[in-house]
Amino acid sequence: MRTNISFFLNGVEQIVEDARPDTTLLNWLRLEKGLSGTKEGCAEGDCGACTVVVAEANLNPQKKPLMGMPQIKARAVNACILFLPMLDGLSVTTVEGLAGPDGALHPVQEAIITHHGAQCGFCTPGFVMSLYAGFLNGLDGSEEQINHLFAGNLCRCTGYGPLVKAALSLAHQTPPEWASRRLEAEWHYLQSTSAAKTPDTDLAIETKDQAFYAPTSLEALARLSETFPDATFLAGATDIGLWVTKQHRQIARFISIGRVAALKEISKTETQIIIGAGVSHSDAMVALADAYPGLAEVWLRFGSMQVRNSGTVGGNIANGSPIGDMSPCLLALDAVITLNKGDKRRQMPLKDFFIAYGKQARQEGEFLENLILPRCGEAEHLYAYKISKRFDQDISAVLMAAWVKQDQGQIKKLRLGFGGMAATPSRALRTESALLGHDLSQPLPEAAISALAKDFQPISDMRASAEYRMAVAENLLRKMLLEAAADDVGMRLYSSPLVQPDRLTSTTPIGASDA
Amino acid sequence: MRESHLKASDRHDSAALYVTGQARFTDDLPFPADGLHIALGLSDKAHALITSCDVTACLASPGVVTVLTAADIPGVNDASPVAGDDPVFADGKVEYHGQAIFAVVAESAKAARMAVHQAHVTYEDLPACLTIDDALRENHLLEAPYTIGCDDIDAKLHDAPHLLTGQIDIGGQEHFYLEGQAAMASPGEAEDIFLQVSSQHPTEVQHKVARALGLAYHAVTVEVRRMGGGFGGKESQGNLPAIVAALAVKKTGRPAKLVYDRDEDMRVTGKRHDLRISYRVGYDDTGRILAMDVDQALRCGMSFDLSQAIAERAMLHAENCYFIQDVRVTSRLCRTHTPSNTAFRGFGGPQGMLGMERIIDEVAAHLDVDPMQVRQRNYYADHDEADAGQPTPYGQPVKDGLIKAMTTDLLASSDYYARRKDIEAFNRNATWCRKGIGFSPVKFGISFNKTFLNQAGALLHIYTDGSVHLNHGGTEMGQGLYTKVRQICARAFGIADDMVKITATTTGKVPNTSATAASSGTDLNGMATANAAATLKTRMAEYLAPLYQSDPAAVRFHDGKLWFGDASISFAEAAMQCWQGRVSLSATGFYATPDIHWDREAKKGSPFYYFAYGAAVTEVVVDLLTGESRVERADILHDAGASLNPAIDLGQIEGGYIQGLGWLTTEEVVYGTDGKLLTHAPSTYKIPACSDRPKQISVSLYDSGGNLSDTIHKSKAVGEPPFMLAISVYGAMSHALKGLGDYPKLNTPMTAEHLLMTANRLRAKRASD
Repeated sequence: MRTNISFFLNGVEQIVEDARPDTTLLNWLRLEKGLSGTKEGCAEGDCGACTVVVAEANLNPQKKPLMGMPQIKARAVNACILFLPMLDGLSVTTVEGLAGPDGALHPVQEAIITHHGAQCGFCTPGFVMSLYAGFLNGLDGSEEQINHLFAGNLCRCTGYGPLVKAALSLAHQTPPEWASRRLEAEWHYLQSTSAAKTPDTDLAIETKDQAFYAPTSLEALARLSETFPDATFLAGATDIGLWVTKQHRQIARFISIGRVAALKEISKTETQIIIGAGVSHSDAMVALADAYPGLAEVWLRFGSMQVRNSGTVGGNIANGSPIGDMSPCLLALDAVITLNKGDKRRQMPLKDFFIAYGKQARQEGEFLENLILPRCGEAEHLYAYKISKRFDQDISAVLMAAWVKQDQGQIKKLRLGFGGMAATPSRALRTESALLGHDLSQPLPEAAISALAKDFQPISDMRASAEYRMAVAENLLRKMLLEAAADDVGMRLYSSPLVQPDRLTSTTPIGASDA
Repeated sequence: MRESHLKASDRHDSAALYVTGQARFTDDLPFPADGLHIALGLSDKAHALITSCDVTACLASPGVVTVLTAADIPGVNDASPVAGDDPVFADGKVEYHGQAIFAVVAESAKAARMAVHQAHVTYEDLPACLTIDDALRENHLLEAPYTIGCDDIDAKLHDAPHLLTGQIDIGGQEHFYLEGQAAMASPGEAEDIFLQVSSQHPTEVQHKVARALGLAYHAVTVEVRRMGGGFGGKESQGNLPAIVAALAVKKTGRPAKLVYDRDEDMRVTGKRHDLRISYRVGYDDTGRILAMDVDQALRCGMSFDLSQAIAERAMLHAENCYFIQDVRVTSRLCRTHTPSNTAFRGFGGPQGMLGMERIIDEVAAHLDVDPMQVRQRNYYADHDEADAGQPTPYGQPVKDGLIKAMTTDLLASSDYYARRKDIEAFNRNATWCRKGIGFSPVKFGISFNKTFLNQAGALLHIYTDGSVHLNHGGTEMGQGLYTKVRQICARAFGIADDMVKITATTTGKVPNTSATAASSGTDLNGMATANAAATLKTRMAEYLAPLYQSDPAAVRFHDGKLWFGDASISFAEAAMQCWQGRVSLSATGFYATPDIHWDREAKKGSPFYYFAYGAAVTEVVVDLLTGESRVERADILHDAGASLNPAIDLGQIEGGYIQGLGWLTTEEVVYGTDGKLLTHAPSTYKIPACSDRPKQISVSLYDSGGNLSDTIHKSKAVGEPPFMLAISVYGAMSHALKGLGDYPKLNTPMTAEHLLMTANRLRAKRASD
């Protein structure tokens, strides 16, 4: 067991002996290290002013070569909701660590200056770091890519244009030699920490009022989970981080799953895809893109780059939020979850997991091990729609996912998952029945409209009124039927890689009931 | 050595510091180890008597040093900019949800925040007036309604061939500067206090702190190096945190800082005013607007703050670019139990102008013509036309008109008419989505409405190595003020920009300053700096010319040298010689804007030194199934006079447009029925993100040949005017929904919800007709 944490910070190893486990990386940088370049703009992972780049060993090196360093994975993350022990064994770069020897600016810094990308300068360090992560992973010169890269960085001054120009100017550029050498140093460090990773060195920090455990094996995780049934499971901290920074909650005991390699695996068979509970959205998105093209837009709009890099699919399910975007999609897919207690496993359809607001069917000492997603078969498609005030990085007012099996222009089978319409993510069972056998050349039937009103009585809040939620949910059914009929997902306003604005001119007739 | 050139797109003077994380904001400044941190205890009620406030548990919380309440204020319990009606700490009564009642002072920010929640406050509820509706119904106003313009508007309206009446609700807006309010106070000798703050108005902070502490102004020094965005939100809202930090210093003798976290910031501070504008408009068949009666009701919140001046600017921009013979504008300052709304880029102008553009749009809809026809029918004459100088409703002649020419240019460059035709063809075939194109012109009056505020000072030193140290009264919030003023100074001396350093703005260097606001920062401080430089140049020339057998008037400053005919010495050598000759190389400069006056009682005057103009064309697409929209293209033409720095000006224009786009689309300020702000963090309040910018955007500076008024190098103010270019989005959305039924009568913000519900209403009405 180890009680101290160590990580690389701007090329220098840090050994931290006595930090409270819920110390955020941001506060530690600013208050302990005097590195005030990283800013707090919101303390909830929504503005990106605190963005830093975290590098880790790449478990899947053939996937993403990083500036000639395929062994490293570098991600932009929000430091404001990242707890210090989560960085154990990793390498962190902050805005202060970017310039080269003799103060030579990194190309991303130069580009932002050249294109007048900073006005007040407060968001700038975050943009610099997001752009640095983009630069390392390769910029392809498309605005599309930059929109996703910057979705988690808010700027109130520039209107983003100059920052986009700066990013575009860096497409296909190679780093200066000193920057490559720095990456190599990071790799050496990451190698050494990986090599040192054995069960004997599992992290176990116990301060007088807070404990933090980070096992590396599934068995150790299961043991800890049984020993401390009231512990808080921590994956990416994109939600739990806010319990601390926003609600000032005192969490007595964390069990972090971030170092359990077995939970980071994605395995695929002919019929299903199994996603470990510790797989980040970013990794899952890449792995699942082929299997569920209909999920692409929702996924690209899930949180932001930083949030997807930290947050996990498992966490989004396990915390049972009524507005988590993944749950309705997985409900529509009829996903199954595996729960583990003391290394004994049970499986459960996801729809049985959500019991009520804030209540899930997880027993004491049990943890989510993985999610099992059935693949779409012949004539089966998944469609997903997210409605929010802002396109990127917003919490859904309504999210609808539909899994549809077609047969000769009719709906043969259907599952509808909704978020934002009830206290938990829910299936729309009555609506599903009403649409069975529906002829896709026909408008949305009245029966489905009235079934939807029986399935859900949504609430009004700051995101949307109940009336809008119902109206738009009904229209999303229409949208889905139209897309299913056209056998594509072309009816989207915004650009996801799948969407062409020209296709918005659909002249498919719509029934009188739609007026 | 490169000589400074105006019109050069110099980089922001802090750019290299920004990208390396070295630029220090208030919370980044070195803070002594014994420094204390403060958190505010906020009201949970919109309007209530405080029956008890027990802070015993706060004091017992770990790390807490003391608690501050109204009883700890030795002087005046007031943080207001004007009216004396904003208590620092609520005393006996709270008047909005989120109002400060007390503050916890602790060893760490975390300890302070944890402790704040331990307090036990009890209340006796009082009836709360929350909305414009409530306030109008209950006649709950800050002051009697104020009216300008035509006395017999009813008769004029009656005489017009057509009469239109209507109403638009215009939403407020949270500033969402990325850096929250922040103030750090340090004890000096005896009673002195030194503050480093994030404020657009250090002088006001100085005054408010001094009065709260019962000190003379000279005991308080306030410094501002930079803000992480201001947008008006730090014009008066920085007073409260500064006073509280100073009170903590007074009580503990230790340095103290108060840095609002985001939720605190959004709950405590005021926002852009939301307005209800009602109107009656008389017009003829050609679209000529003959008479107009506009009623503007503003949600001001619980106190005046700057509402009177904001309301006035809304009134003085109610006619935007249009010469209308008979106009009456009435303003109602609704007093509500919500945060006291405050300055925000445009300062009431955007709301007033949106009201006018709505009227244009609706008149055009009734006449079934392109709104451009109505606009062009009613424009003020350009400066070079025979009828230039038509009076505004408040009596100021518009002598510098440009909008007609700019409109012609922009309609051509944006291909407006062809695109409008294409869009209408598209909409005829469209089922699921519709497009729209909109235009908006901007005429924005430059100068503070309150004439006496239009003054500025500078303090300039030349050292014997030829380097120049400059201070002026303006503050830097990202707008590039320091960069522009440095360019002005360097050009005056003919030296390179980097020979001039501007250090933090401080009340100890330049006294009695106005807020950096009203877009006036460069106009005022640039001119004061130029005046200081002129003084020193005269002194240098008068001393040195005889030594070089030259005439002082013939001495020229350029290329880093002083030139006496063909002979020259370096600027550094000149400085050294002057020093040796016992010539003072330090001077102040002062500037007061000439030719402006405004009489609030008489409701007449020429309050603006000049007008800044702009125009924009925006194209949108709206999804009729969801109400989601996006901006496809924006074409902007803006008048910055003879631009001092095109890159900075273009940045202000594009940034302002996007901020305005947010105001009109995704940014929705939502209060609960209990008066609690529900959108108090970026998770619930949505400013534009990167992908929200138009897919295609073109921004150009209009080449007018320079300001007709004698401003610094003929430039024009550029901070606020571009915000209003986004009003073109309103016309575009309206155009997109037009054709579904009646005139859409959109309110703002035009969220997906508002657009879908409006479209559904129009379709339902058409179906039932």
